[in-house]
Amino acid sequence: MPQRIDSIDSFSQLRADLAKRPAPDAIIRVCSTGCRALGALDVCDALEREIAARGLVQRVRVVRVGCHGLCSGAVAMVIDPQGIFYQGVVPEDAPEIVTTTILGGGVIERLCFVSDGQPVPRRDDIPFYAHQTRLVLANCGVLDPRSLEDSIAHGGYASAARALSSMSPDDVIHEVTKSGLRGRGGAGFPVDRKWRFARSAPGETKYVVCNADEGDPGAFMDRAVLEGDPHLIIEGMIIGAYAIGAGKGFIYVRAEYPIAIEHTEHALREAREAGLLGANILGTGFDFDIEIRKGAGAFVCGEETSLIASLEGKRGMPRPRPPFPATSGFEENPTNINNVETWANVPRIFEIGADAYSAIGTQGSKGTKIFALAGKVRYTGLVEVPMGATLRQIIYDIGGGIPRGRKLKAAQMGGPSGGCVPVRYLDLPIDYDSVKDVGAIMGSGGLIAMDEATCMVDMARFFAEFVHKESCGKCVPCRIGTKQMLDILTRITNGDGELADIDKLEKLGETIGKASLCGLGQTAPNPVLSTIRYFRDEYVAHIVEKRCPANSCEALITTTCSSACPAHVNVPEYVGLIAAGRFADALDVIRRRNPLPSVCGRACDHP
Amino acid sequence: MVDRVVSEREADVQAVLDRLGVGVGSNLIAVLQSVQESLGYLPGAAIEEISRRTGAPLSRIYGVISFYTQFYTEPHGRHTIRCCRGTACHVKGAGRVLGVVERTLGISEGETTPDLMFYLETVACLGTCFLAPAMMIDDQYFGKLTPQRVESILRSYRTQRCLSE
Repeated sequence: MPQRIDSIDSFSQLRADLAKRPAPDAIIRVCSTGCRALGALDVCDALEREIAARGLVQRVRVVRVGCHGLCSGAVAMVIDPQGIFYQGVVPEDAPEIVTTTILGGGVIERLCFVSDGQPVPRRDDIPFYAHQTRLVLANCGVLDPRSLEDSIAHGGYASAARALSSMSPDDVIHEVTKSGLRGRGGAGFPVDRKWRFARSAPGETKYVVCNADEGDPGAFMDRAVLEGDPHLIIEGMIIGAYAIGAGKGFIYVRAEYPIAIEHTEHALREAREAGLLGANILGTGFDFDIEIRKGAGAFVCGEETSLIASLEGKRGMPRPRPPFPATSGFEENPTNINNVETWANVPRIFEIGADAYSAIGTQGSKGTKIFALAGKVRYTGLVEVPMGATLRQIIYDIGGGIPRGRKLKAAQMGGPSGGCVPVRYLDLPIDYDSVKDVGAIMGSGGLIAMDEATCMVDMARFFAEFVHKESCGKCVPCRIGTKQMLDILTRITNGDGELADIDKLEKLGETIGKASLCGLGQTAPNPVLSTIRYFRDEYVAHIVEKRCPANSCEALITTTCSSACPAHVNVPEYVGLIAAGRFADALDVIRRRNPLPSVCGRACDHP
Repeated sequence: MVDRVVSEREADVQAVLDRLGVGVGSNLIAVLQSVQESLGYLPGAAIEEISRRTGAPLSRIYGVISFYTQFYTEPHGRHTIRCCRGTACHVKGAGRVLGVVERTLGISEGETTPDLMFYLETVACLGTCFLAPAMMIDDQYFGKLTPQRVESILRSYRTQRCLSE
């Protein structure tokens, strides 16, 4: 960033200057965050070399952007101004991209997204994008996350500038009230109420915290926003801090997210140098700065009182509430904690106006929600839809359905705090309240599609193991209860369960949920209870028939070949008979299940 | 990726703590993170020195170290392998990936190879569900893993080391 922006006027001037700046002939936006794992940086280098070799440096720009969302297409890129989307790009494609698309204006079909057998060159025509409402993610994958200038050119900090210069803190909170924004971290608590508590709490020193300790297995939207548009979070926090009267902020981010940390640190530095953080922001007299703190690997630190303990350098254990952090948080000062996605929504409210914002979504849940779509679905990635979208829209219209012709069985929502929503709720409009009614929670927005090959008991066991491992051990119901739950579920998946175990799990789950100290324990039984509620027959099959209907629990599968055989031929038996030279008997074994034994030799791909 | 120096020599400990400006009021977790990054692990001598400088009792420091999975008081391998056990990876066969790593290196979760080359751990979720099944070696992500790919990745790390020596 060249100069310090010391007043609202010079900020407006900078915006005007940036808008007048001539755009290059072409911009190649390559995802270099998530796609890095599949060689995105090599693709960028190859493109830049190619562009330099042809003397096009002045005309064509390669921008290393954040996540495009369609992660199954990694390495993904968008070529503007045409808006052409290419996926699965490798460095060797660089010369052809420059020749055909940049210079020739043509499309390379083999790099295009394919829908119904037809290549779809333009990003906005791809069903994955066409069915989304990208409000929070609007600039993720568009702007350069390492450039404050680029961020400002895309409208960054305009909301903060307006709030700081022309609105009182009460006006700001009132606007958030009108928008109906609820916390995106899981519980869905109204944001304006939290802010108002912190604002009215007595105390000179107040704090705002961005919870980026995204630990839910299956959720990665916070990571993507921090990596792809870090200034959006900073801007949201500035607005929130102004409303509450906080002078200092923390971003508490997982150490497992190195790119997010790198981009956020860079963004903070740039914002500070430009005068958007620090003393007298934009000459408005408001002082605020943000410090980044790295988590040290404890899931429970996503819980707000644990997070505060961790910020203070202590063991990250929760404490009973009240007092709520709004009155007594970091070092016993009033503290407001929101998660990344919540903070990212704040500038958007001021950008489009609270009325326009609250027009999106359902009666009780406003705005959009980002889901991290993964599991057994054709197109995985980040999906932003209005509240009230259905699972069918997300999994089928956007996600392209289940691969390999299999059938969807359930969707796991909300990670270890959530539950498995069975396929019968495919058309249920999803918002905070409806998801709760069916036994899951919106949580942070992890959405994992499961097909027939996913065992629901194994799934419950997986989450029970997770919460057991992550339980901090402070309160008994969570520490001992999750262990008991895990033991029982392990027994069942090993084929040693009893029918009474199901009732035991239900009773245990109820107790853990009611008696635990913090959110981790209170929601820990959800995956177990929801799978019992909707997939009791699978539990019974494991216990009574010693059979895993999904063929996934290893202890209950006899051999891979028999479980893979669609005709359920007893393969080891006939193989053994052949080995013993008893061919006629071997034939009989096959004929028990299959009248045409020679088919085995021709059709079986696991001989 | 800068190779971490595995050291517990007194001078190193002092130098690192001097450089970080550790004193009363320093944030304990941040100090431990930086010290571990510089020294490769948290040697007893460093912990005692942190206690002396910050005034925090040893019991409190050990309490923090044992609470967070990220801290370790024994030296780890040069490269840390983190196998993801998240939901998406789980349904896509994370168990097999972990199995191959364990078999190839001859170590289990929480162990270091005898040549101090690799340390293996599992994490709840790397947040790269679209790459499932995934693992991370140091700061580098590897996704859509198959047993063959895991073997070739591990091999390439060994080869790199041979080349650099």
